[in-house]
Amino acid sequence: MAAAGGRTLGRSSFSRATSNPVASSSGAAGVRIGPNGAAFVSSGIPDLDRILGGGFLLGSVVMIMEDADAPHHLLLLRCFMSQGVVHKQPLLFSGAMKEPRLFLGTLPAPVSSSKEDGRHRAMGAAASSDGRANDEGLRIAWQYKKYFGDDSRAEHKDNKQEFSNDFDLRKPLERHLLNGQNIECVSIQDADTLSSLQDCCSAFLSKLPRKDGGSLTAGRIAIQSLCAPQCRYFEKDWDMVSFIRSLKAMVRSSNSVAVITFPSTVLSNSFCKRWQHLADTLLSIKAIPDEDKDLAKLLTGYQDMVGFLHVHKVAQTNSQVPVILEASTLSLKLRKRRLLVLERLNQAPVDGSTGPSSAASSSCSSQGSQLDF
Amino acid sequence: MEEYGGGDLLSEAMGSAARVVVVEDCVEAPGAFVLHLLLKRALASGGAAAFLALAQPFSHYDRVLRKMGCNLSLHRRNERLHFFELLGFPGGAREGTIADRFVQLYNEIQRLVEANRTGENAGQFTVIIDDASLLEIVALGSVNDVLDFLHYCFALTSEMNCTLVVLIHEDIYADEENIGLLLHLRYIADLVIKAAPLSTGLAADVHGQLSVVNKGTFGEQRAKAQKVWNFHFKVKENGADFFYPGTRH
Repeated sequence: MAAAGGRTLGRSSFSRATSNPVASSSGAAGVRIGPNGAAFVSSGIPDLDRILGGGFLLGSVVMIMEDADAPHHLLLLRCFMSQGVVHKQPLLFSGAMKEPRLFLGTLPAPVSSSKEDGRHRAMGAAASSDGRANDEGLRIAWQYKKYFGDDSRAEHKDNKQEFSNDFDLRKPLERHLLNGQNIECVSIQDADTLSSLQDCCSAFLSKLPRKDGGSLTAGRIAIQSLCAPQCRYFEKDWDMVSFIRSLKAMVRSSNSVAVITFPSTVLSNSFCKRWQHLADTLLSIKAIPDEDKDLAKLLTGYQDMVGFLHVHKVAQTNSQVPVILEASTLSLKLRKRRLLVLERLNQAPVDGSTGPSSAASSSCSSQGSQLDF
Repeated sequence: MEEYGGGDLLSEAMGSAARVVVVEDCVEAPGAFVLHLLLKRALASGGAAAFLALAQPFSHYDRVLRKMGCNLSLHRRNERLHFFELLGFPGGAREGTIADRFVQLYNEIQRLVEANRTGENAGQFTVIIDDASLLEIVALGSVNDVLDFLHYCFALTSEMNCTLVVLIHEDIYADEENIGLLLHLRYIADLVIKAAPLSTGLAADVHGQLSVVNKGTFGEQRAKAQKVWNFHFKVKENGADFFYPGTRH
């Protein structure tokens, strides 16, 4: 295990065989146990969970650098919050708006209705064993596997039903889910300092002490546009980094994840770097222009794309080996205008002279340099 | 390098006489693994260490170092490692309070260093700070307080014969205006270890490149010693590999 440096989590042959049973028996909904004593909660986007090696790490601070022009970071934030609501996890939301509670009305609903969900859960064992048998049968025809993409995806979903859901971005979350929960909302727009938010966070996190083993209730903190210019504390750069540092310290010793989005362009260069260093997981979102002919020619599936997600850093606990992803730039797509999926960039084949497989294998590195941001 | 027992490139490049080691890193290439290596070496060579941890809790370092074959909990119990858990170090809201806190912290370190000198196992004492830019955040941007603190720690190295290792995020100080802390650290350093990403991008086999600048090579015996080293590194669970570009397949 020690020699397997630079591993891609969840894909190495050394992954613990018992990790799945442990996850299902860990008791609390929506918490998965990973290697190195790590516990994950879902980001609300199954693809992102897979890419990050299991989801957002409990006890870490996730930062998302916003695009300057488009609100695509809200997609990630909404999925993250909705997933928490679905799992009935405590949630603290704070945003630079007058009525943060109104934002809850825009949260997306999971694709399968709650009734169907229950049925899935009841049939969970049967479905998964069925799926495995199915998989065994397919092994003979492995080279045709790509034609069964939808099938394997469905099976994959069945296994992870407990952990992460797909969200329909056009359907709002049902009201009763929002009302019967412990969801706190804090407005930071009119606050002169961040101390009130810090007090809220510490009160929120004090209810979620960290326990090794046993049943875990994970909390989620979502902070939207922490350094938005309309906030009164905007000029106080040091207060903001100091707040993040203390938030990080509090989150570390509790059972929760904090997701912070921030418009990086309004910060000075050096403070932007400070923020990035404080993040455990660092993502950035970039929107793509509607009609970019060159890009459309270059990339397959351009019409569904809404932007790019770049993974700068992946949280690592109890390990010093950095996670090297196969591709750090991913396309953010809306499938059927409602489902958010992440895909590796695929270069369109050039005039059919090279096969699609070779184009796909070379796409990772070449794309990275062409789409530099 | 004999005392470290490792024949790798980094210990060769570091030599043995460095009093002040500054480790620089950036967002793309974290340099915390160098601190882990130096901490392990400091403890393995029979010395004691004080670790000011502002970036991670003890459990993280404990698990990382355990995989490298160094039991921090044991060393802590034997009072060889003095671990300062400063993750939740309260910052100073008002003028003056932060200076007092730094003075307090320094006094504690000084007491430990003196106790180590008079004790029977008078090995080398190492002070490790992870990391200096977080000290700046603790001080709410009051660079002078941080500089004072670092200077006092620096004074320990010459007076008390101990070693100082500081990690700093170099890319924060790319702007001209606030370069002060970085310049100061570079000035007092005998040895600067800088981690940088590969210019060609991410790779699974090479995690980045280290450049080691050895400034303390004034002595006769090291007149011929190399001053600047450049090599690649790959971080592993039980340590790190160092190699020249192109010598690895």
